[in-house]
Amino acid sequence: MKIIVCIKQVPDAKDVRLDPITNTLAREGVQSIMNPYDQYALEEAVRLKEKCGGEVTVISMGPPQAEEVLRQAISCGADSAVLISDRAFAGADTWATAYTLEHAIKKIGNFDLILCGKQAIDGDTAQVGPGLATRHGIPYITCVQRIRATTETGLIAERMMDDGFDVVAVDYPALLSVVKDINEPRVPSIKGKMKAKKAEIVRLNAQTIEADPACIGLPGSPTKVVNVFPPQARGVRSVLTGTLDEQIDQLVEKLLPYL
Amino acid sequence: MSMDYFLSEEQQMIVDTARQITDERIIPNRAELDEKHQFPRQILNEMARADLFGVPIPEEYGGFGGGCFDIVLTVEQLGRGCIGVGTAFSANFLGVYPIILAGSPEMKAKYLPDVATGKKFGAFGLTEANAGSDASGIQTTAVLDGDEWVLNGTKQWITNGGEAQIYTVVAITDRSRGPRGASLFVVEEGDPGFSCGPKEKKMGIRASSTTELIFKDCRIPKDRIIGRPGTGFITVMKTLDLSRPGIAALGVGLAQGALDVAVTYAKQRNQFGKPIIAFQAVQHMLADMAIGIESARALVYAAAKHIQEHPKDMSKASSMCKVYATDVAMKVTTDAVQVLGGYGYMCEYPVEKMMRDAKILQIYEGTNQIQRNVIGQELNKEYS
Repeated sequence: MKIIVCIKQVPDAKDVRLDPITNTLAREGVQSIMNPYDQYALEEAVRLKEKCGGEVTVISMGPPQAEEVLRQAISCGADSAVLISDRAFAGADTWATAYTLEHAIKKIGNFDLILCGKQAIDGDTAQVGPGLATRHGIPYITCVQRIRATTETGLIAERMMDDGFDVVAVDYPALLSVVKDINEPRVPSIKGKMKAKKAEIVRLNAQTIEADPACIGLPGSPTKVVNVFPPQARGVRSVLTGTLDEQIDQLVEKLLPYL
Repeated sequence: MSMDYFLSEEQQMIVDTARQITDERIIPNRAELDEKHQFPRQILNEMARADLFGVPIPEEYGGFGGGCFDIVLTVEQLGRGCIGVGTAFSANFLGVYPIILAGSPEMKAKYLPDVATGKKFGAFGLTEANAGSDASGIQTTAVLDGDEWVLNGTKQWITNGGEAQIYTVVAITDRSRGPRGASLFVVEEGDPGFSCGPKEKKMGIRASSTTELIFKDCRIPKDRIIGRPGTGFITVMKTLDLSRPGIAALGVGLAQGALDVAVTYAKQRNQFGKPIIAFQAVQHMLADMAIGIESARALVYAAAKHIQEHPKDMSKASSMCKVYATDVAMKVTTDAVQVLGGYGYMCEYPVEKMMRDAKILQIYEGTNQIQRNVIGQELNKEYS
């Protein structure tokens, strides 16, 4: 079974601060991590490989430092990794990203399954997975919480809904985007870390994937980020501190006037 | 946060892996394991998947060929989470070291690969009801009957009892030869005449399984003897010398975990208008705790590295680091409860468990009194 997993390096969301004057993300000192949803996608891919045999390739569109998350993915069980990197990709929205990934995957070769995380924690759009599948002309299932069964030709998955789940069958090739309920990602093994250290990361750029310059990066993005701002604070906010008991005492004091 | 010990890249990989297991798997589950006296099988399986069981196993049997220092680094991280889990992990190697030290190549090839992958766990059977510090007082016997050894006797307080598959057991084969009359054997789960008693209820390390091992005409094949007959106690002493730094490392990790909780609490607990860490009395307690931990760590690391290079000169270093680090762990965990005050006494906070857990470190693998005997005797020899 040939599985491709799309992963993204993102800033650790809990550390990100908005500069109140310039309204831009203050990235200094913020750690870069593998997008958490992608970790679950990778774990599911490795489990499928362990169950059915085959190969897991991780790909990422990003700056050169995105190589870190590709190596991390190898330490967690991926067999090979591809970095899709070019200055021309900068500023890409999800439309241009899906175009770029589609062309990269066409260069990588045939596959049975593409796995993605549901969304990236920096963009939060959840659009790249479905966009990529549509470009490839393959069926996709989003919000997968469990893969029930696999056969030679396809699989059956549970798609999480607001009030339960659907059971969906799909033939290969297909794309799945997964939610965190699907599994618990393993801790990378020592052998995995050693393999990751020595691994050769394949590098693709705009030229090698034969991308049309008008379709990638900022030029290829129909949407543009015009402004980023925190919502205006409504009402008085205060943060309670101290031990749990102390906080409860303070909270009761604040609520009493309203009773 | 601790001082820089200039670890190699491979050593740092081991530390990072053990740390991740501790933070993501051990710490979130330790309270429940303690409350239910539950063996941490799932956590041990995760550790196996992360290759931690391969650390001290020789490379030709599927391991990394790591030495005493590599095990110390691993176990220190685990101890920061829960020394119940750490004990289950360490005792596995206590059971396996006799095979590594004295087993034939056939015996090593038979058992070590499964230990490296975590498929099988080990346990070490020495202690009996009447033979603790006085290990030579053991009563379990092994008699050769044709092609089989027949074991009779009962071992007490054996870690991983009932959960392990490979038990290395010390038995008397020739009482007339005194200390040279004991031998080590491999008993496997399922051998006829071998059973384990019920799990003991303990003050601490409740996640660790502690049972009797009962041998009633237990028959095992002739080739299950480890090394030559009569070499039992020699191999036992080497095994304990080799594994004591691991116990010391558990102490360092446990104490570090306790200090982490105590400092974090002292920074956010307000009394008399300030966080209590602003008061000298508390600061001095925390400072002494930190000094104890760092000195213990430095001693354990030095002892482990010495033992790796000087396997014939293990005893004094091994005993010293075990005594010091475990005494530090008992003091630091007790002080941590004190810093947390009333909250420290409540089960909702982790330090009372840490204090309960710490006590055993001063007792097992040779009591700290016996360790001081050993150190005293070594000093005597050195200066003659």
